[in-house]
Amino acid sequence: MTDYFAARRSADSLELGLKGEWRALRLQQIGAELAALDLAGVRRLVIATSDLALLDLSSAWRLREFIAESERAGVTVSFSGARPDQLQVLDDALAQVAFQPPGAPHHHESLIEPVTSLGRHVVVITRETRAGLAFLGRVTLTALSACSSWQRLRPIAVARHVYDTGVTAIPIVALIAFLISVIIAFLSAQQLQRFGAEIFVVDLVTIGVLRELGVLLTAIIVAGRSGSAFAAEIGAMRLNEEVDALYATGADPYELLVLPRILGLMIALPLLTVIADAIGLAGGALLCRFLLDIPFTQYLNRVSESIGATTFWVGVVKAPVFALLIALAGVYRGLQVRDSSRELGRLTTVAVVQSIFIVILADALFAVLFMEIGI
Amino acid sequence: MPASRVILECRGIVNRFGGQVVHDGLDMQVYAADVFAIVGASGAGKSVLLRTILGLQHPRAGVVLIDGRDLAQLSDSELRGVKAGYGATFQAGALYSALTVLQNVQFPMIEHLQLPAAARAELAMLKIRLVGLPADAAGKYPAQLSGGMVKRVALARALALDPQLLFLDEPTSGLDPISAAAFDALLLQLHRQLRLTVVMITHDLDTIFHTCNRVGVIVDRRMEVDTLARIVDHPNPWIQAYFHGERARAREERDGA
Repeated sequence: MTDYFAARRSADSLELGLKGEWRALRLQQIGAELAALDLAGVRRLVIATSDLALLDLSSAWRLREFIAESERAGVTVSFSGARPDQLQVLDDALAQVAFQPPGAPHHHESLIEPVTSLGRHVVVITRETRAGLAFLGRVTLTALSACSSWQRLRPIAVARHVYDTGVTAIPIVALIAFLISVIIAFLSAQQLQRFGAEIFVVDLVTIGVLRELGVLLTAIIVAGRSGSAFAAEIGAMRLNEEVDALYATGADPYELLVLPRILGLMIALPLLTVIADAIGLAGGALLCRFLLDIPFTQYLNRVSESIGATTFWVGVVKAPVFALLIALAGVYRGLQVRDSSRELGRLTTVAVVQSIFIVILADALFAVLFMEIGI
Repeated sequence: MPASRVILECRGIVNRFGGQVVHDGLDMQVYAADVFAIVGASGAGKSVLLRTILGLQHPRAGVVLIDGRDLAQLSDSELRGVKAGYGATFQAGALYSALTVLQNVQFPMIEHLQLPAAARAELAMLKIRLVGLPADAAGKYPAQLSGGMVKRVALARALALDPQLLFLDEPTSGLDPISAAAFDALLLQLHRQLRLTVVMITHDLDTIFHTCNRVGVIVDRRMEVDTLARIVDHPNPWIQAYFHGERARAREERDGA
């Protein structure tokens, strides 16, 4: 029994009384029923549409395919009653030039392939480098010219970014600084206890947190939080043509969007670093007190002994540099977003990965630099 | 026209954003095979109403019934079935920017139909041609299209499943008059051949007079619904100004001449 037509055979002819609602959503069943129809020995096919409640375009297309198949098999097809309008619509639409849906891009497999691909990479890298340099130059020029007046530095926007990237990051930065210093203290305590040198745990925590870990971990968290936020915000503005609108009104997006983010982050990250340092030392103090029975006063004395004149500043001075790198990477990738939401996602990812990478690279360079100048 | 089935009904819709009341007990009925225009001043809540009907916005009070079924009471799978039965276009097109035109049009088919890829591509191409797009548009990405083409692709995507109910949000805004007239003609053709019910938000008086049989005007947070012939004589001053204002007169003179 079929739901979409009633077939009546007589000698070499088949009468197909279409019935029910032929809808796109039922296309699979309709197709299955038509495919199951046995046309062997049929010379004439008569299609009746008087009982058909509905024929939408997709199912009309299926019917048309069926008619074409039957005709190819040598069957004469006719309609009892009028031919449905829908078929005419299809005829009109399909009469235009046949079109092949675009397939997968063509790949040339040949000996030249490695060479062309190398060349293409060189071109892409050159172009990227040039665009990056142009961006840096543009930012530098904008920064220099914006220094001419207080208003052009957009203090309100800068304050907003200090809040977004700094104040709201305090809880997570504090938590991570605390946990990391506890972990360092615990690990070093385990080792140093064997020599009875527990007191040096304090030195390790103090120097480790103040010189390296406080600023580096804060920078990595901020790169994940704010580097991505910068890229996504500016990228979405690009997709929405907001950046174009800024250009069109004569406003400079570099001054309005780029500079406040860089300045905001350069203010926020050092402050966050100070907080991370303080919480890190506090975490070390707690662990020393409860695991090693070093009282807080002794801990503090030891801290002030182990701290050199530069220990704290060696850490904090890196923060604005890291902030600059993170902000540049985020903003640059955001401005590169073009055309599609997929690009936005891709470039946001690139922004975060690159900013974390360059922060760690810069930290390594700082370590070499400080070693060379002996601090 | 014979008394026909109610396909879409809103009862007592209340929408409020903060202190701002957008709809306050709005009622609306759309019959099968209507071409229904939702009209109202900018900010009167036309798009909010459409979003409410599409289930993108939950009203503070009131129900939306499609084919007599309360959307809020349906299970997820039933709701999926209802959604497969209507198509919608959005004001800015809302094409998926990471997909080509052809993939955009195929998308509802992939979600709701089990079809071989070749058949799906051919049906999608059919819809693309039907809305008057050149075949070479199929491989393009939305960012490469003009505004008018985006509107057409959006319509093709809304038509992908041959819905019985079509929601259009300002389908002719931003089109040149010739394209807009072609759009009206296309809509009428689809309406006639496929017995589509169309609900559209529009400001275009030409579209209203050429295609619509019933009009719902949002005034004072409620809706006045009537046939096109009768609503133009409604005493409400905004409706009078709308249908008999400067622009409306210019249209009448032009068409009368």
